[in-house]
Amino acid sequence: MSTLTPAARRNTAASPAGFDGGSRRGRFGKFGGAKSRMDPTRNNTAAGLAAWLLALLFAAPVLWMILTSFHSETDAATNPPSIAANLTLDAYQEFFGATSGVSPWPPLINSATASIFSTVLVLVLAIPAAYALSIRPVKKWTDVMFFFLSTKMMPVVAAILPLYLFAKTAGALDNIWFLILMYTSMNLPIAVWMMRSFLAEVPVEMLEAAQIDGAGLLLTLRKIIAPVAMPGIAATALICFIFSWNELLLARVLTGVVAGTAPVFLTGFVSSQGLFLAKVCAAAVVISLPVLFAGFAAQDKLVQGLSLGAVK
Amino acid sequence: MTTATARISRPGHSAPKPSTNAKARERALAWARRAPLLPALIFLIIVTQLPFVVTLFISFLNWNSLRPDQTGFAGLQNYVQVLTDPDLRQAIFTTIILTVSVVLVSLAIGLGLALLLDKKFIGRGLARTLLIAPFLVVPVAAALIWKHALLNPTYGLINGALTWIWSLFGSSTPPQPDLLSQAPLAAVVVSLVWQWTPFMMLILLAGLQSRPMDTVEAAQVDGASSWDIFRHLTLPHLRQYMELGGLLGAIYIVQNFDAVFTLTSGGLGTANLPYAIYQTFYFANEYGLASAAGVVVVIGTIIVATFALRTVFSLFKKEAAR
Repeated sequence: MSTLTPAARRNTAASPAGFDGGSRRGRFGKFGGAKSRMDPTRNNTAAGLAAWLLALLFAAPVLWMILTSFHSETDAATNPPSIAANLTLDAYQEFFGATSGVSPWPPLINSATASIFSTVLVLVLAIPAAYALSIRPVKKWTDVMFFFLSTKMMPVVAAILPLYLFAKTAGALDNIWFLILMYTSMNLPIAVWMMRSFLAEVPVEMLEAAQIDGAGLLLTLRKIIAPVAMPGIAATALICFIFSWNELLLARVLTGVVAGTAPVFLTGFVSSQGLFLAKVCAAAVVISLPVLFAGFAAQDKLVQGLSLGAVK
Repeated sequence: MTTATARISRPGHSAPKPSTNAKARERALAWARRAPLLPALIFLIIVTQLPFVVTLFISFLNWNSLRPDQTGFAGLQNYVQVLTDPDLRQAIFTTIILTVSVVLVSLAIGLGLALLLDKKFIGRGLARTLLIAPFLVVPVAAALIWKHALLNPTYGLINGALTWIWSLFGSSTPPQPDLLSQAPLAAVVVSLVWQWTPFMMLILLAGLQSRPMDTVEAAQVDGASSWDIFRHLTLPHLRQYMELGGLLGAIYIVQNFDAVFTLTSGGLGTANLPYAIYQTFYFANEYGLASAAGVVVVIGTIIVATFALRTVFSLFKKEAAR
């Protein structure tokens, strides 16, 4: 009969690897004691507390923004802040033009149009380009990659005057399609870098096997590349959408009343007039919602996208 | 046999040489490979490089659109003005201070957060989601929230929190600083650090999660302290990621427009170069001067970008052997 306690006997049941804390055992290690600090499954309460404190601190402005948007204007403007005030949808009604008659829908629709169409155009251009830089690479593909990156590094302000002048002479000012072209050029380098890194993950052996078996281009695309690259395409699309939606400078210079986007509409709130804090918060929440959703949807691949594929 | 000798013995004959066909086929293959790349490449060249060439050209002109009859060649006069005009010089200075402080502070805080998130604790996923939130708020919206809902001296959250804390100690005279007018550049820096720390944190976290754990475990077995492990094993591995985050962040923050425009409208010495150029061209209509300033920004960015490209290249080299 073993001299171990029932708990220890349970814990010493055969385990494949050396360290075997496991989430089931919580704080307990292999022999019933505390987990060694080398065990990656150990729960760190100190780190957790610190992380949670900082997370709440960082999220506080966002949470405050959401909370204030549900308060009445008088409740929102109190000092000290009233957290437990009554919740109301007044600010949202105000924002959607109940009293002032100014509807935010045209700017929102413009932003959606610009972001979606420019993202589609970016994908149409970037996916073949990425294919020509990863799966069937051209000879000097690293040089091409760095050319794409260098265009992204050029600040928009350096090109904005000629673009404005061209749009003015071509009668394309306050035109959503010109803005779509601009956003496409803004996101194309990012998309090419991202798509290249995603396409590079397609296993070479499968491509070679398909080639030996005589599979044509379409078949290879559908059966081998698409399944591997689909999450990457989705992440690229989401990130391009986010950048297009957020953009202010080009929209402000190139659009006006007809094609003004949501960020341009927000700049109307820059100067304060009377009690309007809840309305500002409501506006900020509504306009940030698409980006928040897109960002959380792409969360896993967000790092890969933001670092242009350099970091997985 | 006979064919070979026949070919050699009739050198001037126009018999089809197999090598020409092979070369033509090779060329056709190379073009087939390039074809998918061309639409994107040509589009980008037309939309980004051409305008910059035009900017370069305009920068040598003396052109104010409100006085078009006085347009003329100005040589380097615009560039001299960019470097001597006090407002534009202040803008260059502000841009440098803004970029450097935002990048360094957000890197430092991002590093701390990444180290914390690398450890396993209850609710880690939710904490991570909360920490990403600042980066996902539309920049203009975030700047508006900072200006009106947080920094406002009368009813902003910061002063409200101060009032509440002071009331806990029974005082009714809490300090109510007007941060936006007393330290405007610091306010812009704080709002940008808030937005960009998640970006740095994500990159550094990815770096932490990709480090080889066997050396760390070996060091722990040998009795190395956490600080030693951090200094000699973790930090060197993270250096590349810190460079990447810092340089990518710098490239984006140098071009920042939304925060300066919304928080201070460029007043009180917070105008950075993008905002100054926007003002020069949009309000002052000084096209030549704005273009020269734009060229100066590009030169500055090229300097930073050379370092950025080298870092990206070194992280990239591992994949280049394909």
